Amino acid sequence: MTNNKLQSNRRTFIKVSAAAGGGMILGFNILGCKTDPKRPAFVAQQLANPDSWSELNGFLRIGNNGVVTIMNPNPEIGQNVKTSMPMIVAEELDVDWDNVIVEQAGLDTENFSRQLAGGSQSIRHGWDGLRKTGATARHMLVEAAALKLEVPSSELTTKSGIIYHEASGKSISYGDVASAAVDIEVPEEVALKDPKDFTIIGKDTRNVDGFNIAMGKPLFGLDVQREGMLIAMIEHPPSFGMKIASIDDSAARAMPGIKDIITVNVEPEGSEKQWSDVNAFPELVAIVGNSTWQVMKAKKALKVEWERISDAESSSDHETTLSDLVSKAPNEAARKDGNPDSAFASAAQVIEKTYNAPFLAHNTMEPMNFFANVTADRAELEGPIQTPEFLRMTISSVCGIPQENVSIMMTRMGGGFGRRLYGHFGTEAAVISQQIGAPIKLVYTREDDMTQGTYRPAYKVTYKAGLDAAGNLIAFHVRGAGTHGSPVFANRYPAGAVDNYLAENHSKESNISTGAWRAPRSNFIATAEQSFLDEVAEAAGKDPIDFRLALFDRAINKPVGEKNDYDAERYAGVLKLVKEKSGWGTDTPGVHRGVSAYYCHNSYVAQVLDVVMEDGSPRVKKVHCAVDCGIVVNPEGAKNQIEGGIVDGIGHAMYSALTFNNGTPDQNNFHQYRLIRHAEAPESIEVHFVDNGIAPTGLGEPSLPPIGAALANALYKATGTRLYTQPFNTQEPLLG
Amino acid sequence: MAQYNLNVNGQNRQVDVDSDTPLLWVLRDTLSLVGTKYGCGIAQCGACTVHIDGKAIRSCSTPISAVANQKVTTIEGLSEDGSHPVQQAWIEHDVPQCGYCQAGQIMTAAALISDNKNPSDSDISDAMNGNICRCGTYLRIKAAVKTAAKNA
Ligand code: FES
Ligand code: FES
Repeated sequence: MTNNKLQSNRRTFIKVSAAAGGGMILGFNILGCKTDPKRPAFVAQQLANPDSWSELNGFLRIGNNGVVTIMNPNPEIGQNVKTSMPMIVAEELDVDWDNVIVEQAGLDTENFSRQLAGGSQSIRHGWDGLRKTGATARHMLVEAAALKLEVPSSELTTKSGIIYHEASGKSISYGDVASAAVDIEVPEEVALKDPKDFTIIGKDTRNVDGFNIAMGKPLFGLDVQREGMLIAMIEHPPSFGMKIASIDDSAARAMPGIKDIITVNVEPEGSEKQWSDVNAFPELVAIVGNSTWQVMKAKKALKVEWERISDAESSSDHETTLSDLVSKAPNEAARKDGNPDSAFASAAQVIEKTYNAPFLAHNTMEPMNFFANVTADRAELEGPIQTPEFLRMTISSVCGIPQENVSIMMTRMGGGFGRRLYGHFGTEAAVISQQIGAPIKLVYTREDDMTQGTYRPAYKVTYKAGLDAAGNLIAFHVRGAGTHGSPVFANRYPAGAVDNYLAENHSKESNISTGAWRAPRSNFIATAEQSFLDEVAEAAGKDPIDFRLALFDRAINKPVGEKNDYDAERYAGVLKLVKEKSGWGTDTPGVHRGVSAYYCHNSYVAQVLDVVMEDGSPRVKKVHCAVDCGIVVNPEGAKNQIEGGIVDGIGHAMYSALTFNNGTPDQNNFHQYRLIRHAEAPESIEVHFVDNGIAPTGLGEPSLPPIGAALANALYKATGTRLYTQPFNTQEPLLG
Repeated sequence: MAQYNLNVNGQNRQVDVDSDTPLLWVLRDTLSLVGTKYGCGIAQCGACTVHIDGKAIRSCSTPISAVANQKVTTIEGLSEDGSHPVQQAWIEHDVPQCGYCQAGQIMTAAALISDNKNPSDSDISDAMNGNICRCGTYLRIKAAVKTAAKNA
């Protein structure tokens, strides 16, 4: 597993320089990987060295007072990388966490040209590079100490930022040799710690911003305030497939505090679009004024006529088209093993079920917003964005300003869930500022935010399973359809565990904009697949955990096909762990249990969920969750992510939907769009990690996908009704 | 526009705004107290919660004209140094994920424990049910409220 020696030469891009005021600075690439400007960082799977010094994006400063500052250039969206990534550096550097200060990197386009959110990949990709950086700094400090103490460096040891020479009893602190260490050659190779010697990694460490959040400090984009700044809001078409026909702004213009009302186009002819420019409404009306409330009122007084340019889609149309699609075979299979047709024909029992889920809005608690100050040849932006580099390319093209004159500062984000990958609101802010000739902060109302999203697509999937007389799974067929793409992953479980297997995809185009939503596709397909397997296990007369484990045994011992993209042993491992920890098989009267397991974003999760019925309503008592994400960097932070994913997954499966009527979302604020609340959250969540020493993988997403099925399977036990359509509270018997 | 006298976090402040301006926007835009958050504007999410005379209210739906001459406390005024038992408990339980909803959660919790020194689980979920946390930190919030009540 972990290789304790890594090549570290100058081509690995660690750059050392003297710190102003004494001490040393190491520059490194915090993700340890090259980013391809044409592809988002979260899909970059290859580890590669950066191309140039300008791709250094993390900095480590060791002051001559011994204080270690780690500058985190990456946006923080609540996934806690601002705490966990520096922990990895501090571990190999061998300092006390209490002496580490983590700073969000400032506006610094000279030094940071690759400020990108890594999605659930940050820790996985950062692991080696962060360790090596810490170890390199430690090595150089030790070498500098050897010169100063006039002893061989091999006789020196370190602990908590102090270098010891045991034989002579001498010691010296990192701070005392930090300035001298700058002159030590950057080593070709550094030794990394044996994971069993870790003292920071694996220890509960609190969020470095916890205090500032509890104090209400201005950390978010919406909190940005500048001298002379105006407030801007937008009015977008009320329905997808519409654009502006005419505007009557006479009443709005006359209102107090209103400076201007303009139309903006963020996709003018000839401008270059990036993958992240997903946007159904490139043309907008913008209202600019002195204060938020004045602009909000003028926005209401604005009269805009809209005209239809493409179909007015309704949820009933989506239902019809997706049903139609799953009822017929596509031209090509995504994967086919064996002979599914003849296996189904010979099966003793065939089970076929169809699962549905609606569009979902991201609904980050902080609505979309951005500050922009665009002058003749410069653009300065500040706000919540997961993909600043792509935003910069778009703004450069749309505003006609060279990229090097466009700077983007990332604020802490009031939630992301994928929404802030698509940065049209940043471009809108820049265009408004440019046209108005003043610094502005663009603020979306909640209604604006909910009704112009990059939504989780609506999905439908049909599963078919064939069992032989002994209840063995001999044939499996999955056919999925969705707006802008199918939800099916052809090479995931149970592919590889069934001789006769067929996976098929359909996609339906739509003028409703969709995009990545926490654990894209997995967030739906896991609930469908794991609900279906529960039903199949029941038809086979088998315990649902044993049924799944038998399939994993098959995938371990005699896998079908070669492209199976999961590790069956790790997958089975989390199921076995949750089985043991939940005491599966011991029934408690009145408690109804459901199980589910899923693998995505490189981590494995299995869950057992307990429901009780109170006055006809289900109440989630407890969730047992087993997780294999390799080494757990920060257990407390990891648990927080897992709990959040579980609550989020239960909430959306149970209560949430975005529906459309003639292109208009039926929900525009939280009185219509139901999100899970305190009283509906599980009473307790118990998290168990598999301890296997494997290099760590992501946790921002993996706990969400399986939980919907654990809930559906428990509700089936409680009510006797299987649930096929999300949200479950719309289904008979009416729940919640 | 009209003038209003307010007492915010123990200080007398005079503001000149339209009479229908919600307290939320007076705090954020006029007084630069941006710790109080905007989430929905229609009293559905709790992000904008502040205290008026010690009671938790939704500042997005409270016009300034209804607030004059009362004592307003925002997250910035809960304590000077983070020593309020609710803030301490929030740090201890490492509650936040993105953190955006937490000022509102903290203000609702602070009002709850000043009325109820020993809140039960259902007291907590009743009081906190109007505060949405999109990141799903509800279990930690519940634990932190209990700790805060104990230490208050
Ligand atoms: S912003 Fe006031 S309750 Fe949501
Ligand atoms: S911590 Fe993100 S909304 Fe509550």
